[in-house]
Amino acid sequence: MNENQFRAIRTRRDFFSRCAGGVGTAALFDLLARDGYAANLEAPDPLAPRAPHFAPKAKNVIFLFMEGAPSQMDLFDPKPALQKWHGKPLPPSLTKDLKLAFIKPTASVLASPRVFAPQGQCGMELSDLLPNLSKVADDICLVRSVRSDAFNHHPGQLLLFTGHTQLGRPTMGSWVTYGLGSESRNLPGFVVLTSGKGTSGGSDNFSSGFMPTTYSGTVFRGAGDPILYLSNPDGISPATQRARLDAVRDLNTQRAEATGDVEIASRIHSYELAYRMQSAAPELLDFSKESPATLAMYGMDKPAAKPYATNCLLARRLVERGVRFVMLMHASWDHHSNINKGIVTQCQATEQPAAALIQDLKQRGLLDTTLVVWGSEFGRTPMSEIRRPEEADNAGRDHHPEGFSLWMAGGGIKGGQVIGKTDELGLTVTEDPIHIHDLQATFLHLLGFDHKRLTYRFMGRDFRLTDIHGELVPKLMA
Amino acid sequence: MPAIRLLAGAFFVVAAWAQTAPDFERDVQPLFRKRCSGCHGAAQQLSGLRLDDREAALKGGYSGAVIKPGDSAGSAMVRRLLAEKGLVAMPLGTKRLAPEEIAIVRGWIDAGAKWPDSLAKPKATARRNMHWSFQKLQRPQPPAVSNTQWVRNPIDNFVLARLDKEGIAPSPEAGRATLLRRVTLDLTGLPPSSDEMRAFLNDPRPDAYERAVDRLLASPHYAERWARSWLDAARYADSDGYEKDWTRPFAWRYRQWVIEAFNRDMPFDEFTRLQLAGDLVPHANAETRVATGFHRMTLTNREGGVDSEQFKFEATLDRAVTTGSVWLGLTVGCAQCHDHKFDPISQKDAYQLFAFFDNLAEVDADAPMPGEMGPYLARHGEYRAQREALLKQYDVAALMAAWEKEMLHTSSHPGERTDWDLAWDCLLKLTEGGDGERVMRMPAGKRSERDWDVLTDHFIRNYHFAVGTKKWKELKLDELDQKLRELHAAYPQLTQAMTVAELDAPRQVHLRVRGDYKTNGIPVEPGTPAFLAPLNVNGRRATRLDLANWLTSEDNPLTARVTVNRIWQEYFGAGIVKTAEDFGTQGDAPTHPALLDYLASEFRSNGWHWKPIHRMIVTSATYRQSSHTRKDLEEKDPNNHLLARQTRLRLPAESVRDAALFASGLIDLRVGGPSVKPPQPKGVSELSYGFGWGGKWVDADGPDRYRRGLYIHFQRTTPYPLLVNFDAPKSNVTACRRLRSNTPLQALNLLNDPVFLEAAEALGWRIAREEGGFDARLSRAYLATLGRTPTGNETTRLHAYFDRQKTIFDSEPASMKALHASSVDQAAWTGLSSVLLNLDEFITRE
Repeated sequence: MNENQFRAIRTRRDFFSRCAGGVGTAALFDLLARDGYAANLEAPDPLAPRAPHFAPKAKNVIFLFMEGAPSQMDLFDPKPALQKWHGKPLPPSLTKDLKLAFIKPTASVLASPRVFAPQGQCGMELSDLLPNLSKVADDICLVRSVRSDAFNHHPGQLLLFTGHTQLGRPTMGSWVTYGLGSESRNLPGFVVLTSGKGTSGGSDNFSSGFMPTTYSGTVFRGAGDPILYLSNPDGISPATQRARLDAVRDLNTQRAEATGDVEIASRIHSYELAYRMQSAAPELLDFSKESPATLAMYGMDKPAAKPYATNCLLARRLVERGVRFVMLMHASWDHHSNINKGIVTQCQATEQPAAALIQDLKQRGLLDTTLVVWGSEFGRTPMSEIRRPEEADNAGRDHHPEGFSLWMAGGGIKGGQVIGKTDELGLTVTEDPIHIHDLQATFLHLLGFDHKRLTYRFMGRDFRLTDIHGELVPKLMA
Repeated sequence: MPAIRLLAGAFFVVAAWAQTAPDFERDVQPLFRKRCSGCHGAAQQLSGLRLDDREAALKGGYSGAVIKPGDSAGSAMVRRLLAEKGLVAMPLGTKRLAPEEIAIVRGWIDAGAKWPDSLAKPKATARRNMHWSFQKLQRPQPPAVSNTQWVRNPIDNFVLARLDKEGIAPSPEAGRATLLRRVTLDLTGLPPSSDEMRAFLNDPRPDAYERAVDRLLASPHYAERWARSWLDAARYADSDGYEKDWTRPFAWRYRQWVIEAFNRDMPFDEFTRLQLAGDLVPHANAETRVATGFHRMTLTNREGGVDSEQFKFEATLDRAVTTGSVWLGLTVGCAQCHDHKFDPISQKDAYQLFAFFDNLAEVDADAPMPGEMGPYLARHGEYRAQREALLKQYDVAALMAAWEKEMLHTSSHPGERTDWDLAWDCLLKLTEGGDGERVMRMPAGKRSERDWDVLTDHFIRNYHFAVGTKKWKELKLDELDQKLRELHAAYPQLTQAMTVAELDAPRQVHLRVRGDYKTNGIPVEPGTPAFLAPLNVNGRRATRLDLANWLTSEDNPLTARVTVNRIWQEYFGAGIVKTAEDFGTQGDAPTHPALLDYLASEFRSNGWHWKPIHRMIVTSATYRQSSHTRKDLEEKDPNNHLLARQTRLRLPAESVRDAALFASGLIDLRVGGPSVKPPQPKGVSELSYGFGWGGKWVDADGPDRYRRGLYIHFQRTTPYPLLVNFDAPKSNVTACRRLRSNTPLQALNLLNDPVFLEAAEALGWRIAREEGGFDARLSRAYLATLGRTPTGNETTRLHAYFDRQKTIFDSEPASMKALHASSVDQAAWTGLSSVLLNLDEFITRE
């Protein structure tokens, strides 16, 4: 598929139904129709909903991106064998092939102080840092055997979201909105929510790369305007704004009449959508109609969890309103030092809201059609990172792309199962290795796409999210 | 189970063959012909492998020999036929060889791979590549046309001849006001001023338009506008990219060079030579070295723990890929991992191009701007003395010597001490202004003053990684760092430039198997693609200067074609070849091939000057047509490939803002200089953590807020929002053309970004002070924004709006105040100005 194919012939009626631009827009088309232009007016709405290759399981995606690499052996992948190595280096035979960012293979092992126990009907073993997630264990599919090629944050994040370690390609949310369009007529199709500190990848994580900026993620900001330039500036009251928009629309309509350029129809459409966003966004952000029980479930009453709870609740509300892809970026889990303290802080900030999101989507019947992914660019080493010998008590862990954990739920994912194994020290995958590209192929499949056929031509080549890789992982799917 | 059975079967067959070895002619060659030679034969030799020629076959491909006579198990060919894990199975993309067939190949290899002399050479020869863009550039004769009256210059002959063929008439000339606004925006990126418009409309001379064109071409704003296009291709940015995304405080010095080059209309061959090899030209000087900044615009990854080799490799590859796109219109990147699938670019070609750039040192150098040298020299001695005194006071020499010793020890004994390991990594990643490792490995006596400064500053700022912050502070190195920075700021310093230079001893370059930087394939030398004209260097090693000269030589047809096509697309919204970055077989075919060749040969024969080409295009009847759509064309040529009309084009991101600032009178038109940071909403740059390292975004105060868009600081991980919203390239890779999207975020940007409201206020204030009634004032506002007078309907509609505004502001005194208006009338004019600045027509060149 390419940009031109978006300009596929549409019937006039189809076009009108999508151009809910009010009286002015209808008048424009009436006018143009009289002049004989409208037959050719296929003013393309690049975000109009489109059918994928085959019947999808999931309609929407919520990606809970945990920036910085959470430690899998403190959360998801128990490694009791590390106890006997604690404080000692591993034999070189085990570590010779490891790619490490900061530490050397001779670094001493750091056993996890966490306690793991089976959870749910499925008996999935989870850490005591995950009490709320444990309650929805039967809804999630935990993968302990994810692999990445990159062992540094920025390239790792690019690989996770764009399928390639170098800059310049479109991100997953762009691919999905490019493929499916969006159901929402008054919110962007691909929304980004952030919490914690900034991420390594910055806007590259939600950039449309070489695709038009139409498919870029729109950041909903935590402070100030939720969308950049959303609210009227001082001096522009709602009445002034409407009067201004009406005048702009009418003059644009007159110009369209004079020139016959369909781009002006698109411009009118964009202004109307912008206006609808101005009223839809405050409604979206207004939690006053949410029940106290819902708010408490997300942890809105806990100061540490509130920012992430807000984003998780927003994610549900966005999906309810037809937004295709919601990406929550939370930074940072990059615990090079002081991991045993840092990881508790991050869990307090994010664990309850993420679990609540699953519960809430489920109770509203949205989980079946919403793919929820919780994951990061890689995991952390079983060996400790001690930056200063005199600060050994504050040990952290280094980057580890060779076998880490991630979970998914809803949208055609088979919950209540654990896929994949790592060896007893957590160094490498011993069963069901699943590469980032395999996950991407599977996500696209759940959305109704053959990842090899969802392509975009650039610089003479048909690019894919999965680059030249990716195998479906049937085990993950219900 | 079946796999094991198959293997056993194969084994059995091998055993049987072992007694009577397969015969090459009877058994092996037919197999090669049938199953291999499609990709590894006379027509193409993917991965450098050719199996129809004995010598070539035994030599192997890019990753080395594939046939080891006597050792089938160790032969790469057999391992691939057997689809061994970790290797790409062969044949690719089709069914595998039967076990018996594999056994034949194995038996033949095990028996010594005997290949009779009579069959050593194939009969066929490689086909010549007939793709249009690789053919020699001819200068076509302008064709005869139906209506010679319409023709203003040869461009029109080519365009009209094509239209004649389709029986389509060209469109009438656009109105004079439209024409002047169009050509002013196209040539300078700014709209015409009201005075310029009035003067033009009142100029009765027959060549008034041509005079206007000459005036615009002579304007420094012409240079700014066309420099910006070139900066897209150069992937210009003011920061490193990737996680740290450090600010590059002197990236602008290269931009300055580009602007000046356009200002002087530097011939494109010289322009090419200086940017690719300004350090190697015979007359090399500081200014020619600044030009090499072109290839310093690659990304730098300073993230701790990254493999520097990998990112050096990627930057080098990007230099080859960018050169391929920008000058040759070839997608060299496709050949990073394997031979190009569609174009005749082999993987070897790609790495030969890569080899030109694999020998680069990134060098930051003094590049003084006019007037800097005198004051600098006058006080430099004093500055050095003070600096040395400070270093002495804090005993830096002794500390540093010990540090260097430990660091070098650490580099050869990794894993001994984690703190020093980290310190070493930081030397590799975080040295400012130079290559820390290179300097440290240099004997102290050989270091230049600059080398010493780079290493000393790094030591002072980063010694804490090695010894801990506590110790670092005890030594008061934090204090010293502060003092040195203050001292540096107190004395005049020279502007710096990011340049490249050749390393002393050339490194042996290797092709990388499957594009993996760690896997060396065959050795390669710098060279140009084999299917284009040869590069003659008489056996010596070719340099970047040779490459630059070859690119603009008579024999290379691509550079001129690709460059005029990029110029053309700025005037018509699309190139004669739509895929400006790809002139290969997968790119679009030219709509007007003879016109492209005509322009290309014009470009070359007029000494590679840009301005005559611009002049020729904008004075053509083709360019001067109306952009209104026509019913007859909607069917015959809906995408306007045939150019029976002009096209309405949304302005580029920078011009959207420039036009508003210009129309309102706020703009600061100073040309050149460092980048500026106009106000942007809080939270934009905080999205990434790059700014923690590079200097925060501090909103500019004063006139810098109103500089042209091309001077806005481009931070790669968090660019200025307007640039992103209006499709400015992301500057991570080269961009040979811009996209034009149309989104609600653009609407919000224009409606609510304070800079546009400020422009509306300024314009409203000006209009409110003008003489006359509503109609007269509205005409002035129209002239300032759209360069024309309003129609009756527009006047009626805006009058109604204006009255509505007054009613609103009567009841909203606070709003009026917020708009800095002293009367309801003025506030209403601000509102009206804002409407004009939001019109599609305002941000469009018609």
